[in-house]
Amino acid sequence: MMEHASQNLKEYVTAMIGGQLFGLAILRVQDVFVPERLTRVPLAPPEVAGVLNLRGRIVTLIDMRRSLGLEADKVEGQPMAIGVERAGESYGLLIDSVGEVLKLDDATREPNPVNLDPRLARVSLGIHRLEGQLLMVVDVDRVLASGGTAMAA
Amino acid sequence: MDDLLREFVTETNESLDVVDVELVRFEQDPNNAKILDNIFRLVHTIKGTCGFIGLPRLEALAHAAETLMGKFRDGLPATRDAVTLILATIDRIKTILDSLEKHQREPDGSDADLIAGLERMVEAITAPKGAPVVEAPPLAPARDSEEELERAFRETEAEPPLAKPAAPREPAAADEDGGKAASQSIRVTVDTLEHLMTMVSELVLTRNQLLEIVRRHEDSEFKTPLQRLSNVTAELQEGVMKTRMQPIGNAWQKLPRIVRDLSNELGKQIDLEMQGAETELDRQVLDLIKDPLTHMVRNSADHGLESPAERRAAGKPERGRIRLSAYHEGGHIIVQIADDGRGLNTERIKAKAIAQGLATEAEIDKLTEAQIHKFIFVPGFSTATKITSVSGRGVGMDVVHNNIDQIGGTIDVKSVAGAGLMFTIKIPLTLAIVAALIVEAGGERFAIPQLSVVELVRARAGSEHRIERIKDTTVLRLRDKLLPLARLSALLGGERSADIENGFIVVTQVGSQTFGIVVDAVFHTEEIVVKPLSSKLRHISMFSGNTILGDGAVIMIIDPNGVAQAFGGTVTSQMTAADKRKGGATGVEEEKTSLLVFRAGSSQLKAVPLALITRLEEIDARKIELSNGRHMIQYRGQLMPLVTPSETVRVKAEGAQPLLVFSDGSRSMALVVDEIVDIVEDRLDIQVGSDNPGVLGSAVVKGQATEIVDVGHFLPLAFADWFRRKEQAQQARPRAVLLVDDSPFFRNMLVPVLQAAGYEVTACASGQDALALLDDGAVFDVAVTDIEMPDMDGFAFAEALRAKHAALPVIALSSVVSAESVERGRQVGFHDFVAKFDRQGLIAALKEQTEIGEAA
Repeated sequence: MMEHASQNLKEYVTAMIGGQLFGLAILRVQDVFVPERLTRVPLAPPEVAGVLNLRGRIVTLIDMRRSLGLEADKVEGQPMAIGVERAGESYGLLIDSVGEVLKLDDATREPNPVNLDPRLARVSLGIHRLEGQLLMVVDVDRVLASGGTAMAA
Repeated sequence: MDDLLREFVTETNESLDVVDVELVRFEQDPNNAKILDNIFRLVHTIKGTCGFIGLPRLEALAHAAETLMGKFRDGLPATRDAVTLILATIDRIKTILDSLEKHQREPDGSDADLIAGLERMVEAITAPKGAPVVEAPPLAPARDSEEELERAFRETEAEPPLAKPAAPREPAAADEDGGKAASQSIRVTVDTLEHLMTMVSELVLTRNQLLEIVRRHEDSEFKTPLQRLSNVTAELQEGVMKTRMQPIGNAWQKLPRIVRDLSNELGKQIDLEMQGAETELDRQVLDLIKDPLTHMVRNSADHGLESPAERRAAGKPERGRIRLSAYHEGGHIIVQIADDGRGLNTERIKAKAIAQGLATEAEIDKLTEAQIHKFIFVPGFSTATKITSVSGRGVGMDVVHNNIDQIGGTIDVKSVAGAGLMFTIKIPLTLAIVAALIVEAGGERFAIPQLSVVELVRARAGSEHRIERIKDTTVLRLRDKLLPLARLSALLGGERSADIENGFIVVTQVGSQTFGIVVDAVFHTEEIVVKPLSSKLRHISMFSGNTILGDGAVIMIIDPNGVAQAFGGTVTSQMTAADKRKGGATGVEEEKTSLLVFRAGSSQLKAVPLALITRLEEIDARKIELSNGRHMIQYRGQLMPLVTPSETVRVKAEGAQPLLVFSDGSRSMALVVDEIVDIVEDRLDIQVGSDNPGVLGSAVVKGQATEIVDVGHFLPLAFADWFRRKEQAQQARPRAVLLVDDSPFFRNMLVPVLQAAGYEVTACASGQDALALLDDGAVFDVAVTDIEMPDMDGFAFAEALRAKHAALPVIALSSVVSAESVERGRQVGFHDFVAKFDRQGLIAALKEQTEIGEAA
């Protein structure tokens, strides 16, 4: 089992956002941190929660709930952020909580259901059926491109 | 041997980088024997050293390349192919050097391909020339050169340890005076530097935290080492900052060649002088000024310098000169581009400015030469009648102006007809580190670059600096100028704070536009390291970047340009549009009058010069009282009569009633209006007079026909004795003033003002009229005259007065007060100079002059 599995297995960092489980390719994840001293940015797109100083780098924090159009319920406990990079810029994806790292086989990944919320469908690379819940694979680049002017303009 | 090898690798790499650059230069400039010699020497040194250390592959390659270059030195053409081949050889040498560095020996492999190619190239470029005649001549130079090489080689070989270090040091020496790329340096990617910078910033933050902790523990043993750490950190920070600096000569590198090509193309002889090429500035700034500088040098060569024939005729040396210089001054770098050409053509700029509708003929006549020259910075302005291939169309000094504006710099032009032209550019040393004012608005902190901050004003309700409202916009009356204001929190999309009356006003200037940014608090200034915005935020025009403050927090940096644009949208769009059209031509601005536009009684727009209005008020209509058949209001402990500008204006019974308050001394009256529309700045040119009392006439204000209200008519309506009261109180005999002004508007405006101040005024429309009056025996205490008048201007009038009526003091009114005109005024005998619309100034000057008369 181990031998043939290594070919299609991908590692994902899992995250809970608004009650839904998401997976981000581990190769894209730089670190996971607790956002502190967040500076709000006036006039920024709604999904931008603010900017903060992470070890001397300025990180733009993206509120994943807003970005994905998920319920903005109050989160219990400390929200977390997953640090990613795109085109040399540092971003933090604000999530409710971070979960374990899962190895999932690409072969078992299923396409998006046709009736998936378009905001989710746009960033989803497909769905994995786990025991008891579904995991949506998120394309980090599409999350960061959406809504911003960099791609839209 | 190891050390020797390492040294060889380092030095050879450096030499090769130079060869790379020089070869490209040589390809462009094949006649330059000096460059070729330099390349030749470098390659030869490499070859010699290789032989000495025993590196056969390198030696063979270098030899083959050298042979080909020897042909160039013999005068054979340096074709593109040949240069490409040599470059490829150099790349191969570099690869071998890399391997040599790693493995301490030459890698296995053959260079037969390249060597064969180089040899073929030698034959190819030698053959065609000699082919028709005999085989021998083409071969001869080859052998000659080879012999020469061998000789040179032997010479160097004789003293190998000396030859080696000598080569790299030569370009280093050239550096000190030429400012060329240093050979004694290493190349570091910008990323590496940025990373270093980031780490240093983090170190600074950590240091600050430590200092904070130690401060709380008085007798800590950490104190001394921490102090050392602190100093070292500061030095490190400075050092890293320095790595970003580059000599300005890097931006000038291409210029010699450009000038050389231009002189060929234009048939002019041009010397290019460069001074201060070693002056360092931030590489980011350097990139931004590279193009403007190139453009200006092109301009100088193309338009500035005359043809040799013209120069001869003008008694100048045939060779034209363009001089570039750079030096540091404070936190700025000054770059000057000067030529000894014909200078700017003032007449042509005038004509063009008029043709483009930038100013009227009358306005232009009042401008000084320097002011006229500034028109070249106006967008779309180009005086070159001939469009040459050198200087394009449409893109001109305005673009240069714009580029320099963007980096917070300024540009000035000084031209002397026939003698030359000089541009002076002042730019900040770095954009990466700027002094910024840290302010608070809407609960967040922001940084405003100090460069654009003019001053700070504390506004408080009831104080001298009071924020006033005009409908939805707020203004501050600051030294007789109305400053449009906007709350930073509102600009940033926050809630409009109700408490607009209190706050700090950051008076900001962008180009010719001045405005006030109202903030909740001002903290301190800090040197901030500007970091670019994330692409998610880059579209927000209000911010130019963000930064990490000393306390570790991230804050946004306000972009004054963005704020200025926002002002265009929210406060006075027309004003901004007009400013844009004018560009840097501040001379015209002075000709404009600030007008308050309002409606009263009809939909027809009415206007009154803002300078006449003391205050704009909006009062609760219920506070208006009727007394003795007149509307009154208690205002600042006094009764203030309200006057309606026409019968159709109704005083409101409820709601807010806007008023224009006119005060003089302790008396005030208010004009009842329906609505205050805007404050605009425009030329006041009354085109149609009016028989209607209370209306001076109609003028076009911002494209709309507008009635200009005669304030003088209304003052006596409020107080019948408005003009009489003072004179009785202050002096027994009213002083007689002779007012000379060709503009009926100014006559009508000034007469009531002067009367209100207790003077008896006689107005004349021209100097001739006034002289006629004086000749008829009329007696005046003082004369007030406009300067700009047709036929007989103020200077001529003053001269005429001095001849006949020398005792009469003369005060000049002028919209343009320049040192030049003041000097001229002194010569013709003006006793004082007052700016038009400066009511207080005029009255003070009158008082002074009449009192002198009294004493005498």
